[in-house]
Amino acid sequence: MTSDAPRPPPRRRFFGAFGRRELKGLFWQALVVGIAVAVIAFLWSNTVTNLSARRITTGFAFLGREAGMPISDSLLAYNPRDSYLWAFVVGIANTLRVAVIGIVLATILGTVIGISRLSANWLLSRLAAVYVETLRDIPLLLQLLFWYVLMQALPAARAAWRPIEGVFLSNRGLILPAIPIGTPQLCVLGAAVFGLVVFYVIRRRLIAQQMRDGKPRPSWPFGLGLLVVLPAAVSVLLGVSWTIEWPELRGFNFVGGLTLAPEYFALLIALVTYTSAFIAEIVRSGIQSVPRGQWDAANALGLRRSFMLRQIILPQALRVIVPPMTSQYLNLTKNSSLAVAIGYQDVVSIANTTLNQTGQAIEAIALIMAVFLTISLGISFFMNWYNSRIALVER
Amino acid sequence: MTAIADIPEVPRAARRPQIGNPVLRWLRTNLFSSIPNGILSVVLLAVLAKGLFSFAQWGIANAVWLTPANDSSACRAVRGVGACWAIIPEKYRFILFGTYPFDEQWRPALAVLLFIALFYLSTRRALWRRELAYLWIAALALISMLMWGGILGLSFVSQDRWGGLPVTLILATFGLAFGFPLGILVALGRRSKLPAIRSLSVLYVELIRGVPLVSLLFMASVMFPLFMPNGFNIDKLLRAQVAIILFAGAYLAEVIRGGLQAVPRGQYEAADALGLSYWRKNRLIVLPQAIRHVIPPLVNTFIAFFKDTSLVLIIGIFDLLTTAKTAIIDPAWQQFSVEVYIFVAGIYFVFCFAMSRYSRSLEAASER
Repeated sequence: MTSDAPRPPPRRRFFGAFGRRELKGLFWQALVVGIAVAVIAFLWSNTVTNLSARRITTGFAFLGREAGMPISDSLLAYNPRDSYLWAFVVGIANTLRVAVIGIVLATILGTVIGISRLSANWLLSRLAAVYVETLRDIPLLLQLLFWYVLMQALPAARAAWRPIEGVFLSNRGLILPAIPIGTPQLCVLGAAVFGLVVFYVIRRRLIAQQMRDGKPRPSWPFGLGLLVVLPAAVSVLLGVSWTIEWPELRGFNFVGGLTLAPEYFALLIALVTYTSAFIAEIVRSGIQSVPRGQWDAANALGLRRSFMLRQIILPQALRVIVPPMTSQYLNLTKNSSLAVAIGYQDVVSIANTTLNQTGQAIEAIALIMAVFLTISLGISFFMNWYNSRIALVER
Repeated sequence: MTAIADIPEVPRAARRPQIGNPVLRWLRTNLFSSIPNGILSVVLLAVLAKGLFSFAQWGIANAVWLTPANDSSACRAVRGVGACWAIIPEKYRFILFGTYPFDEQWRPALAVLLFIALFYLSTRRALWRRELAYLWIAALALISMLMWGGILGLSFVSQDRWGGLPVTLILATFGLAFGFPLGILVALGRRSKLPAIRSLSVLYVELIRGVPLVSLLFMASVMFPLFMPNGFNIDKLLRAQVAIILFAGAYLAEVIRGGLQAVPRGQYEAADALGLSYWRKNRLIVLPQAIRHVIPPLVNTFIAFFKDTSLVLIIGIFDLLTTAKTAIIDPAWQQFSVEVYIFVAGIYFVFCFAMSRYSRSLEAASER
C-alpha cells in the first residue's frame, strides 16, 4: 500500500462536535448524578415528613436552649444551665485536650519504641517487638475498657498509691502537684513564646549569613536573652508567684493539685499506647529506609553520633516518616470518640446526649462531622506544611 | 575490582576469635556488647523477671481454674492476689455465641469454622482465580443458612439472638465482601475523566474518612429510621453492617487507588490500542495488576476492620466484645472482668496476628 492512496472520508458524526466517547461520558455522568440526586431527594423527603410527624423543627435554634446535662470533667467552666452551644464547645475542648496531649505523648513513646526495635541489644529490641505486636493486634475499644476496669480497681482515695511523693493514684484518677495558672502566669508564658519566636527568626538569619560568608555567628547570647532573661524579667516585674500546689488528702477526697479523672486517664493511656505501637513501626521503617551508605559516609567523616543522627539520618528518615504519621494523628483524634464507651464527655458523647434529649439527630451528626472535618483538615494542613518544609528539594 | 571490595562484610563482633562457649558468645554479642548495653540488659532483665514473676503469681500460682457451676466464692476468696480463670469455663458459651439458642450452638460454631476455612483458602496463592469469588459466595450463603436456619429442618433463629464471635466475623467478612467491590468502583470513579463522577467519589471518600466510625454507627442506629418512609424498618445488625460496608468502601478505595496509580501508563495505552472497552480494560488489564500491587496494605486494612467491628458495642450490637462485657454484668462474677477481657483479647489477637504474619510473608515474597 502506498501512502498516496486516497483515505476514506471521515464519517459524519451525528452530534457534530460530540464524538461517541463524549456522548457515552455524558450519559454515564447523567445516570450517576441522577441516581445520587434521586436517592438524596428520597431520603430528604422522608426525613422532612418524619420530623414533622415527631414535631421536631429542623435547624440549629436548639443550640440556644438550656442543655441541662451534667458534664463532670471539663477544662472550661460549665454548669447544666448553660446552653447546648456551650456544652458543645466544652465537648470540643475535651476532645482537643485528649487528642493534643495524646498526639504528643504517643509521638514520644512511639519514637522511643521504634528506635528500641532497632537496638543492638537483643532483649530491648525483642521487648519492643512484643509491645508493638501485642498492642496492634487487639482492638482499641477492648484496651480502653481494660484500662478503665483497672482504674476502677485501684484503691480508694484514702489508700491511694504514691509512686512518687506528691503523686497519688487511686480510683479517683491520677492527682499531680501543679502550679496554679492564672493571668499573671500566662503573661510570663506569653513572653516566653514570644521570645522563642523571635529567637527562631534571628537564628535563621544568622545561619543564612553564615552560609553566605562562612563566618560562624554564635546564637546563644540571643537565646539566653530571649528565652531566659525576658520571661524572668516579666515574672519579676509582675511579681508572679510560682509556688507548687501539693495535693492533700482531706476527708474522702483530694484538695489542690491537678486531677486527671479516671475516664480521661484511661482514655489517654489507651490512645497513647495503642497509637505508639503504630508510630513505632513508622519510625522504624523510616530509619531503615535511610541507605547504609549514609551511615558509613557519616562515620567516615568522623561525625559525632548525635550530630550524625540529627543532621544526616533524621532529615532523610523524616521524609518517609511524616506522611504516614499524619494519618496516625488523624486516627488518634478520630479514635478519641471511643470516649463515649467509658463516659468521658468528648464532643461525640455530648452530641449523642443532645440527640437523645432533643431528637435533633441530623444537626447533632452534622456538628460531629463539622468538628472532625475541621480538626482533620487542621492537622492535614499543618503536617502538609511541615512535610513541604522537610521534603527533598530537587533541581 | 580492588581487593578491598572483596572482603565480605562481617560485623566486628563476629570477627573476634571464635573461642569459648557458644552461649557465652551469643550473650556477649547480643546483650553485653558494651558497658551501657550491659547495664541496660541487666536492668531490663530485672524488670522483666519481676513483671513475669508477679504475673505468674497472679495468673498461675494463685489462680482459680475451676469452680462448681455458678459459684464464685472460691474466686472471691483470692480476689486481688489470684486470677479467676474459672469464669471462662463458666461463661465461654455466652461469650462465644451470645444468646443463640443453647442446643443449636453447634451452628454458629460450624459457621466460625467455615469462616476460618474460607480465610485460609483465600490466602493460598494457587487459588487466586475466578473460582475463589464463587467459593466466597457459596460459603457466605452457607453461613447465612446455618445462622438463620428455617430450611433443611433447622429451626429459624432471628438475628436479634445472634451474638459473639460469629457476629464479629459476619460484620468483618460481609463488610469486606461488599466493601471491596464498592471500593473498586469508587477508586475507578476517583480516577475517571468524567468530572461529575470524580467529584462524587471524592466527596464520598473524604466525608467518610473525615468522621469517626462511631458517628457513622450512631447515624445508622439513630438516624436511619428518620431517613426511611414511615413504617419501613430493617434490623439493627443489618444497619450496622451497612455502615461498616460504607466505611470499608471508602478506606479500601484509597488503598486500591494507590494500586491503580502504580500501573504503568503503557498498560492503559496498550489496552486502548487493542480497542477494549472501559470496563474490559479495567477488568482484564488494569485491576489485576493494581490489586496485586496493594495486597499487603489491603491485608492491613482488613486487620483494622476486624478490630473496628468491636465498635458496634457502642450501639448495643452483640459482637464478641459486647457479649464479653455483658457476661460480667452477672453480680456473682462482676469483679473478674480483667480475666474475661484477657480471654477475648486473646481471640482477637489470634485472628489479627495470623493476618499480620500473612501480610508480612506477602511483603517478603514481593521483595524477593
